[in-house]
Amino acid sequence: MSHHALTIHQARQKLRTREVSAVELAQSVLARVRQTDERLHSYLTVCAEEALAQAEAADRMLANGATPPPLCGIPVALKDVILAQGVRSTAGSKILEQFIAPYDATVTQRLKEAGAVIIGKVNCDEFAMGSSNENSAFTPCRNPWDTDRVPGGSSGGSAVSVAADLACAALGTDTGGSIRLPAAFCGIVGLKPTYGRVSRFGVVAYASSLDQVGPCTKDVRDCAILLDVIAGHDPRDSTSVNRPTPSYTAHLERGVSGLRIGIPQEYFIEGMQPEVETAVREAIAHLQSLGAEVVPISLPHTEYAVATYYIIAMAEASSNLARYDGVRYGYRASEVEDLGALYQTTRAQGFGSEVKRRIALGTYVLSAGYYDAYYLKAQKVRTLIRQDFLNAFEACDTIATPVAPTTAFRLGEKLADPLTMYLSDIFTIAVNLAGLPGLSVPCGFDQHGLPIGLQLIGPPFEEEVLLRAGYAYEQDHDWRTRKPPL
Amino acid sequence: MTYESVIGLEVHAQLLTESKIFCGCSTRFGAAPNQHTCPVCLGLPGVLPVLNKKVVDFALRAALATHCTITTTSRWARKNYFYPDLPKGYQISMYELPLAEHGYVEVTAEEQAKKVRLTRIHMEEDAGKSIHDAEAGASLVDLNRTGVPLLEIVSEPDIRSAAEAGSYLRSLRALLQYIEVCDGNMEEGSLRCDANVSIRPRGSTEFGTRTETKNLNSFRAVEKAIEHEIQRQTEVVEAGGRVVQETRLWDADREVTRPMRSKEFAHDYRYFPDPDLLPLVVDQAWVEHVRTDLPELPAARRARFVHDYDLPAYDAEVLTARKDVADYFEASLRACPAAPKVVSNWVMDSVLRFVKEEKLDAALKIETWPCPPERLGALIGLIQNGTISTTIAKTVYEDMRRTGHSPEEIIESKGLRQVSDTDTLQAAIAEVLTANPDKVEAYRGGKEKLLGFFVGQVMRATQGKANPQMVNTLLRQKLSQ
Repeated sequence: MSHHALTIHQARQKLRTREVSAVELAQSVLARVRQTDERLHSYLTVCAEEALAQAEAADRMLANGATPPPLCGIPVALKDVILAQGVRSTAGSKILEQFIAPYDATVTQRLKEAGAVIIGKVNCDEFAMGSSNENSAFTPCRNPWDTDRVPGGSSGGSAVSVAADLACAALGTDTGGSIRLPAAFCGIVGLKPTYGRVSRFGVVAYASSLDQVGPCTKDVRDCAILLDVIAGHDPRDSTSVNRPTPSYTAHLERGVSGLRIGIPQEYFIEGMQPEVETAVREAIAHLQSLGAEVVPISLPHTEYAVATYYIIAMAEASSNLARYDGVRYGYRASEVEDLGALYQTTRAQGFGSEVKRRIALGTYVLSAGYYDAYYLKAQKVRTLIRQDFLNAFEACDTIATPVAPTTAFRLGEKLADPLTMYLSDIFTIAVNLAGLPGLSVPCGFDQHGLPIGLQLIGPPFEEEVLLRAGYAYEQDHDWRTRKPPL
Repeated sequence: MTYESVIGLEVHAQLLTESKIFCGCSTRFGAAPNQHTCPVCLGLPGVLPVLNKKVVDFALRAALATHCTITTTSRWARKNYFYPDLPKGYQISMYELPLAEHGYVEVTAEEQAKKVRLTRIHMEEDAGKSIHDAEAGASLVDLNRTGVPLLEIVSEPDIRSAAEAGSYLRSLRALLQYIEVCDGNMEEGSLRCDANVSIRPRGSTEFGTRTETKNLNSFRAVEKAIEHEIQRQTEVVEAGGRVVQETRLWDADREVTRPMRSKEFAHDYRYFPDPDLLPLVVDQAWVEHVRTDLPELPAARRARFVHDYDLPAYDAEVLTARKDVADYFEASLRACPAAPKVVSNWVMDSVLRFVKEEKLDAALKIETWPCPPERLGALIGLIQNGTISTTIAKTVYEDMRRTGHSPEEIIESKGLRQVSDTDTLQAAIAEVLTANPDKVEAYRGGKEKLLGFFVGQVMRATQGKANPQMVNTLLRQKLSQ
């Protein structure tokens, strides 16, 4: 097997036995990027020089005999909304096309301290707003299983880089499904941690009360390894929760015997791609065969989730994106008459149409006279949705659903109709509104050879349960050994 | 018809914390532009605010000192608007759930004590400063002030005249200075004031339409602008017109208010709870901790000075107007506990006059006093025990101020000790009487006013050191022989 195809735990083994050096591993990944990424467009910035320097440092650590840090020499990619000091961070937007981050995000810092080698910054929908990656201001990222299809969004580049072996693992962000959807579409493992489990400091904000950073990995063990590194309290993020972080790798192999799996009727709807439903139901049946118990549950407010999400997310986005005004950094329109024109022209030229649509809608729902009917109402529904889940978790330990109603769709297929596009997130959005952890695990392929994802949802701070169930399922299947035809 | 004016003030007070409200940058005034900035206060992508707890401590001090009810769970809100000196495009403030409500400030207006009620007190971050350089055709932005903590203090419309507004503002400023949360400097902008003014027919209980006047950067501006606004509104109404609800700017040069261009204020701020910050929970323990730390407040201290030291109300008022002056007075008094009124006179006359002349009180705290309070007390003690006269004491005080020496040193080195020795005084008196036989004759003939002349002569002969009471008594005896 080529070095670039190694999982974190495989690479770690080979690095520690000096079967492969960190520099060789980095070079292998960088060569793979050079060879294949022009078809996939997963990277927006490749940090070849810095990556090799980090790999050399990792080799020195590996050579000196002491126990190396957990990700020593492991090549990772960062979604372009996550800042890395000295590296261009565009957030997929023209307005930040030339922006060089002057500081590290907390998660970047943790990766660096863990010895990771940062290969580069990967593509995403502009400001993480999108479900297909087609809203990248640069070029849409392609699905490696079929390059005419979308990889899912917004963390498309993160999922593609991992699926196509252009990185050992990647970090993405998930606001309404932005890690889980591309993970499902690309056939990898993706986790959205509990809100507050991972620091948001240094992550370009889309919707602050929903955004969360999480791992995109080749298997469940890698997901646990990466979560071990990035999870935990950060005093620089007031919404990060100050409670101890368990070892996510320690109990992976404990099995699912006695685990109660809730199946919400609202998540198996008409119009779903039949192969998706079949694959997900088979996965649940398999967990049952391993000793889990299946419990029918109901999440009655599910139908309001998409509307609620878009009101809250857009309201927060309209305020979060106000700072991109052309005054201090980023793109600035030239030859404008006055201040008003500077703002208008800069933002009209700097933002793409989906971002503008969301800013306009968000501004509207916060306006005097509309606030109560939209924003305040949405906050109340959000509470009901969270309560649905908390009630359900009285009867079960985890909830199993499909990640998305379909497998990856074609580029351009849904661009003309934002509403249809928004429905791609129908099964993932409520998890963000409720602040819960959600895991996406590959559970099969459709007739076109496109991956299907199983979603496991847990109570707050119970990532460990999701990883344990995902791992048990994964061990008995070989989906992860299939590679996209590149 | 006569009109009554109805006034409410919105005060912004810069808090004297060392660092900013949501990041660790210094709040110090006067640094080179954009020196005190970091990614957080510059509003760079990805940054998040972290609350400086000290700001809450300071705000709680102010809330308790103004008798407010503290909100157990208050909430941060974003106030959205675009301006180059507002890096995030929103200001973090408080809206629906402010830190404190329902307080009051005691004000003396036209000899009458009155309570001006407070609607609310909340915390927020300051914006930066825009400097419009017409010559260069450019606008410059200094973000040092961005994120400096502010307290917004909103009064109820309880104020009825410009003078009362001035008096409220002075009391509030004194209070904020007293509890050491704000230096109260209006010219430098650490205390800012907007005035809401309306008029109504006297006797009416309904409110008229109000205007809000901004840009009031001195006490004079506040009073003048309110007077002008009352006058202007009265003229509008008397001419049969209607007051328009609007924001106006005080033009200090022309001494008029003028409407702001609609562009300057037509905002829908789209307030909503800031998702980056948790609700602020202030429990009883926190409130009590701040309360214990609070100094004795001016009103209580004033009452105590009158009661314990038997000082006239006026003295108590002057001495307690500043915490450091009241502290100085009490420190002086400790060195000379028997004579509070004498110490009060000295502090008010000699010390405070000099402090004012030399502008030593420009900052929040007087760092340099003309002399240490213990020495002032000691000096007054030396008058009390007859070592020196009040007249000599004035000279000694001036010497103390100039040289920094103790009163005892000065008295010894200059030989200023009061002469109370009867033989020495008798000799001096005899000399004076011998030199002025005609005046002695006149005195004995009934011109008793000449006693003062003789005392003066004796004092001169002893270079002022003679004990004046003794000279008096001995002269009377001698002349009546």
